[in-house]
Amino acid sequence: MAERRKKPTGDVERAPRGGEVARPDEGYESLIEPRSGLSALLAPVGGFGVTLSNMFRPTVTEQYPREKVPTKPRYHGRHQLNRYADGLEKCIGCELCAWACPADAIYVEGADNTPEAQFSPGERYGRVYQINYLRCIFCGLCIEACPTRALTMTNEYELAGPTRAGMIWEKQDLLAPLREGQLAAPHPMVEGTTDTEYYRGEVTGVTPEQVAWVAEHRPDDPTLPQNAEKGATVPDHGTTRLEQQAITAAARRQGGAR
Amino acid sequence: MTITTPNRRTDASADTTPLVPAAPPVREPEPEATVTFEIDGLETTVPKGTLVIRAAERLGIQIPRFCDHPLLAPAGACRQCLVEVWAPGRDGNLAKMPKPQASCTLEATPGMQVKTQHTSPEADKAQHGVMELLLINHPLDCPVCDKGGECPLQNQAMSNGRATTRFVDVKRTFPKPIAVSTQVLLDRERCVLCQRCTRFSEEVAGDVWIDLQKRGAQQQIGTFDTEVLGFAGETPVGAATLDTSGRPFSSYFSGNTVQICPVGALTSAAYRFRARPFDLVSTPGIAEHDSNGSAIRVDHRRGVVLRRLAGEDPAVNQEWVTDKDRFAFRWQSAADRITTPMVRRPQGDGTRGPLEPCSWVEALDTAAVGLQAAVEAGAGVGVLPGGRLTLEDAYAYAKLARVALRTNDVDHRARPHSAEEEAFLGHVVAGRTLTVTFADLVAAPTVLCVAYEPEEEGGIVFLRLRDRVVAGRTRVLSVAPLASRGLERLDATLLPAAPGTEPEVLDAIEAEAGEPLLADAATALAAEGAVVLVGERAAEVPGLLSAVLRLAERTGARLAWVPRRAGERGAVEAGTLPGLLPGGRPVADPSARVDMATVWGVDELPATPGRSADEILAAAAERRIGALVVGGVDPADHADPRLARAALDTVPFLVSLEVRASEVTDRADVVLPVAPPVEKPGTFVTWEGRPRPFAQALTSTSMADHRVLDLLADALGVELGTGSLAAVHAELDQLGGWDGARLPAPDVAVAEPAPVPPGHAVLATWHQLLDAGRLQDGEPYLAGTAKRPLARVSAATAAAVGVADGGALEVATDRGTLTLPVQVTDMPDHVVWLPTNARGCAVRDVLGAGTGTVVRLAAGRADVTTRAAAPSTGPVTGDTADAVSGVRIDEGERA
Repeated sequence: MAERRKKPTGDVERAPRGGEVARPDEGYESLIEPRSGLSALLAPVGGFGVTLSNMFRPTVTEQYPREKVPTKPRYHGRHQLNRYADGLEKCIGCELCAWACPADAIYVEGADNTPEAQFSPGERYGRVYQINYLRCIFCGLCIEACPTRALTMTNEYELAGPTRAGMIWEKQDLLAPLREGQLAAPHPMVEGTTDTEYYRGEVTGVTPEQVAWVAEHRPDDPTLPQNAEKGATVPDHGTTRLEQQAITAAARRQGGAR
Repeated sequence: MTITTPNRRTDASADTTPLVPAAPPVREPEPEATVTFEIDGLETTVPKGTLVIRAAERLGIQIPRFCDHPLLAPAGACRQCLVEVWAPGRDGNLAKMPKPQASCTLEATPGMQVKTQHTSPEADKAQHGVMELLLINHPLDCPVCDKGGECPLQNQAMSNGRATTRFVDVKRTFPKPIAVSTQVLLDRERCVLCQRCTRFSEEVAGDVWIDLQKRGAQQQIGTFDTEVLGFAGETPVGAATLDTSGRPFSSYFSGNTVQICPVGALTSAAYRFRARPFDLVSTPGIAEHDSNGSAIRVDHRRGVVLRRLAGEDPAVNQEWVTDKDRFAFRWQSAADRITTPMVRRPQGDGTRGPLEPCSWVEALDTAAVGLQAAVEAGAGVGVLPGGRLTLEDAYAYAKLARVALRTNDVDHRARPHSAEEEAFLGHVVAGRTLTVTFADLVAAPTVLCVAYEPEEEGGIVFLRLRDRVVAGRTRVLSVAPLASRGLERLDATLLPAAPGTEPEVLDAIEAEAGEPLLADAATALAAEGAVVLVGERAAEVPGLLSAVLRLAERTGARLAWVPRRAGERGAVEAGTLPGLLPGGRPVADPSARVDMATVWGVDELPATPGRSADEILAAAAERRIGALVVGGVDPADHADPRLARAALDTVPFLVSLEVRASEVTDRADVVLPVAPPVEKPGTFVTWEGRPRPFAQALTSTSMADHRVLDLLADALGVELGTGSLAAVHAELDQLGGWDGARLPAPDVAVAEPAPVPPGHAVLATWHQLLDAGRLQDGEPYLAGTAKRPLARVSAATAAAVGVADGGALEVATDRGTLTLPVQVTDMPDHVVWLPTNARGCAVRDVLGAGTGTVVRLAAGRADVTTRAAAPSTGPVTGDTADAVSGVRIDEGERA
């Protein structure tokens, strides 16, 4: 390197080369006052004091994943798309969450609710809803932007997955599981209500008309009370998650993970 | 021409002009009188009559507004633009106007002092008050509203409104939304009563449609149900509300109201809930549907076009586009898009085999071998590029034919045409760009339309003309068999002419004519700046174009040829005609051939004049042509679709360059996929000869025609040099115009009209803007606003056939029969009018007829609407057929 460098020509004043600092002539002098007596003798082992004192304190090591410690209640975990009490989706596909997202992790497409396929109260619902957990930074701006409280965050943090595609969660993965008494969408709104009543929380459950509509159009729907009595179960997770879980389970069997 | 090519050569010698030079920049006229006044303490000088809000815009001072639109008359409806105004009184002292004034209706006067919300607390408070009142009944449904994110109300409520609401009562609501037509939806509760939509329909489009109803808080935009006053018969295919005349609303321009609505009250059904503005990437573009070259904005997300909006170009389309330009874009991404090259490999038993996807190399080599064989066998190759190409693509076809295929058998005219038309194009059109422009049109005292419907065959010409007609500056005359609704809205004077007699009518336009109508027309056309617009249909009447030339010479009126398709004018300039080389150079002229041979770097060009498209097809049907290269051509568009199909079936070797699978690709030996306009850059040339360059909107691997042809020529062993846009532009610049002799003027004698036996009539027909065209596929909302197909006859003709108004009329030739509801219209007797290609009314396909054909008339059975004699020649039906079929049944019941 040194040979390659051009020699300064003439008497041009050169700037100091990189890495050089001005060195005081009188040499280095510490500003820490030197110890004396016993403390000077014990100084070399003084650092063990921290170690020794911690030996008598309770341990903080978490035995994750064998023992899982609950998060704080407002921990920003994975998202959930909520439902109204009768099972209709709260999401109206307005894309405000996607707009708010600083990481461009959310993709939404809206569509029209029709009398044959009413997914949410009102005119519009989210036809496509994807959150890319490879991008999400869990800042929570999306849930602040949501005008219908459709999007909230759960405390679930175990979001690692074996495939990249599987990290893009679809609407069916994000939708809240149907509780007992809720009917899977699509089905009509409660008679005589508008989206305003839904928003105000005046709809508290399914009506017999809604059950009848679903029984007529989807007699095999597992959320119907008559099917639930026969033992039909609704899967808690969407297909993307189930596929991911299957891949992970297979890898565990092969790799011998505990 | 060089607009799309950055870093163009600056060393080009001064005597070469580009083949299609760009239009000179429009200069604003020097104002006769000016006014000097102050806004916010800034002194400004503006032309007399300028509105305060415009003057403020020029200074960059923002005043909130909803009803104000520069292209609409001032209304002062929304009151959002209130400003404080001080003006000199009679005594010369400045005095404050007692109340804030609406700056959108206030003309600037000398010495006036205007204080906007930026400097006047009073104006600011007034604007806040107006905004609060506007928002009282405005729903807070921005998250579901399509305007959310690009909404002037939303934006200005943030900039000039209160941060919080004080309104605690229940808002006024309406059941929503009303489908004004199949493509425009009206949410009345969002409306702020600015009346932009009603003013647009009244002042600009002339389709009076919705208007204010009721009073006070109940005031709303709505539809009237009054007595029938409007033009009879033109009802849309789909469901629509009634217009102000009590007829179902039907307009070709209603999409513009969606764009200018400052709130989300009017929304487009096709775009409803599809996307948000922040999703969309906007690319400026040029509409591909007509020869007006409207500026548009293509909004796309992730490689999918979601909507198109009108672009702004004061010289061409101002801020308006037709609904076809706005809504018909799904064809470009239709399911039948061809994505890979395909070839037919010969089967073991000697048959041609099915079309199979293959590599580009194989497809190009197969095509080259087939074409080479045809050229060497002496049978020759015919080239049919079609009329929808960009200038660059058409140029590549023209060059391929002459240089690589050694033939002049190239013709882009996929429509009825004649040798007279080619002579006309070579004599007055080719190489004479920008002789008549939109600016000349709006300045013309008289405009005569010959074989041209301004509304149906080019919407922007209609809007520009209507603007001047309403202002009382322009008079429109039309030589046509009947006054269409478009002509009526232009207050046009009809010079009635049965099909085939137009040349006689034109020849009779003389100052000394006995007929006062014709003498009057002659006087009007003699006025300085008068323009004659002649449509592409003129080719269907022998002698008409010759008569038009005689008329222009006699009266001194200027002449413009207005084709329908976007690529026709560019193709004429590029030389895809059998007798014309680029720039209007005649093939027959040896010096022109030498000129072109030098530019193209070949020894000589084929000197034999080529055959027209009809002659090429006839020759192909008789196996006198060895191969065909076909671009975007629909056989059903030709004068004789049966002949076109026979030619495609018979020709030994067929190469098709297509965007979507079509009747041509079904029969082709080699299919080469090409890019639709949204996936390629290029230049359309308007009917004026104005180059309209546009950029590529979507990322795509598809290639434009000129690139594919370059590769094809390469496989043929010829260097075409059209591999890139820059290369084509460089060549076009080098090529320049032609100052040699033009083709001689056509002089075709007027044909004697065919005798009309009893029970027969002469057919008059033209295309409607919205019809069964392939470029409107996949748009059911747009198709719902197309006019219902109907036949028009005079009362005497109807009585002679025995059909009542509204009854079914059978129109038949030896080939087939069309049955349509009849509308009795004021028109010459023994003439029947049909739309050329409306859904269920494919005149050329089913009847094999065109303008001037004598057809049989009979009273039809009410339950039959369409019956084709040959079942195989049914019209191409799109995805919209289902949407429309319900209406047809309804129509049958009504009849």
